[in-house]
Amino acid sequence: MITSPWWISLIEAFLIINVLMLTFAYMTWVERKVLGRMQLRYGPNRAGPFGLLQPIADLVKLIRKEAFYPESAVDVLYIAAPALSAFTALAAFSVIPFGPGWDIAGYQIGGVVAPVSIGLILIFALSSLGIYGFIVGGWSSHSKYSLLGSMRTCAQMVSYEVSLTFAVLGVVLMGQSLSLVDIVEKQHDTIWFAAPQVVGLLVFFVGGIAETNRPPFDLPEADTELVAGYHTEYSGMRFGLFQMGEYVNMITLSALAVTLFFGGWYGPWAPLGPLWFLIKLLIVIFVFLWIRATLPRLRYDQLMRFGWKVLLPVATLNALVTAACVVAF
Amino acid sequence: MARPNPLDSFKGFGVTFKQIFKKPITQQYPEYKRPVYPRFRGRHRLHRHENGLEKCVGCSLCAAACPADCIRVVAAENTPDNRVSPGERYARIYEINMSRCIFCGYCELACPFDAITLGNEFEISEYSRDDLIYTKDMLLAEPIKRVPVADAELFDTPIPYYKAHS
Repeated sequence: MITSPWWISLIEAFLIINVLMLTFAYMTWVERKVLGRMQLRYGPNRAGPFGLLQPIADLVKLIRKEAFYPESAVDVLYIAAPALSAFTALAAFSVIPFGPGWDIAGYQIGGVVAPVSIGLILIFALSSLGIYGFIVGGWSSHSKYSLLGSMRTCAQMVSYEVSLTFAVLGVVLMGQSLSLVDIVEKQHDTIWFAAPQVVGLLVFFVGGIAETNRPPFDLPEADTELVAGYHTEYSGMRFGLFQMGEYVNMITLSALAVTLFFGGWYGPWAPLGPLWFLIKLLIVIFVFLWIRATLPRLRYDQLMRFGWKVLLPVATLNALVTAACVVAF
Repeated sequence: MARPNPLDSFKGFGVTFKQIFKKPITQQYPEYKRPVYPRFRGRHRLHRHENGLEKCVGCSLCAAACPADCIRVVAAENTPDNRVSPGERYARIYEINMSRCIFCGYCELACPFDAITLGNEFEISEYSRDDLIYTKDMLLAEPIKRVPVADAELFDTPIPYYKAHS
């Protein structure tokens, strides 16, 4: 008798959240290491062997820092905004399938925390909600720089979200489903969608970089040119939560790219399940870092023009052509 | 102006990827100290003659030459019982305020007896400003921390006499 009681999902969710946070912590380390090596530096190498304790040192620093609070901030919103942005980022991962599911001691353990049939829509809904964290955070700080920063951020994110969604449309048409598990199974039966949907993949990737505010689209933060964007007035762990939201969003988007275009947890040669998923995820994340190390930041008008005049038409055309092909064959 | 070729952007990816396998050029400072240039102007030192007498005669020319006004010299007469320097007088007090010093080296140029030179030590930070006022005893003593100095033969520039013997 195989059952799947509710507490299994609870344990799974708990584990996934902690794994995600650990991945976030060590992604900052990997990012700094990789960027350092690409710039002929060592990256962090003081805290522990190979600087492996650096994320923990950063965490301690962030927690011990004064949580600055502007006198005229809108108090509830000011505190809730970083939590919202971190929450939506973490919650979006719940529908990403990372394994085929296992039967252990009579219990059915799913390969996905929340096996909903419209997982893709849920992810986009949550990432749209996450924008509220940035808008509200910038607005409630009661600082004109934060407000301008949050305007910049949400204009960018709203623009690129459209292209991102349209890029996925081709995959949905080919997979004939909105469930990520079904899409992965479909790819296992036919071919990785990266091959027929190469245009969609490119648009998805560019849109994903812009959506997660990563360089070269990191206008919201623009560390070398501006102080910061919406999080100018934040410090300590509240700032850390914003950063966590950003990085977890990046992990989720990379996981989504793996799921939609690179066959999810299936891989050649050996059925390794989650390990394959992790390997592919790391490769996609490395590409994110690689792009950051290579490309210079876009100007704001270039960013907007690129989003609306290049990316969106290409994504729409891709969706239309895919639809025509799916109908024809 | 030639229009940039969009494909050139992708060359950059090759460049950044190749860099990963090169050796970083960072110098791991506290473990590895890069040898300083032989004429490097670091912490001051006061010198003695071979017979143990101080070279400084307390003339205060260094204090006069100092643009940052960080040297204080108070001279006293040498007596037969208390002979500190070969001259008529000696420096009873010789202080350099290192938090004001700009390490220009005018003091060693001004000194008629090569009594003061700028050494090679650059690690002279302290937690308190008071600790940055160096007294005569500190300046006469061997520096605690020595710094590697590059071989003077590697450079064309002649090393001045007062520098070569510090």
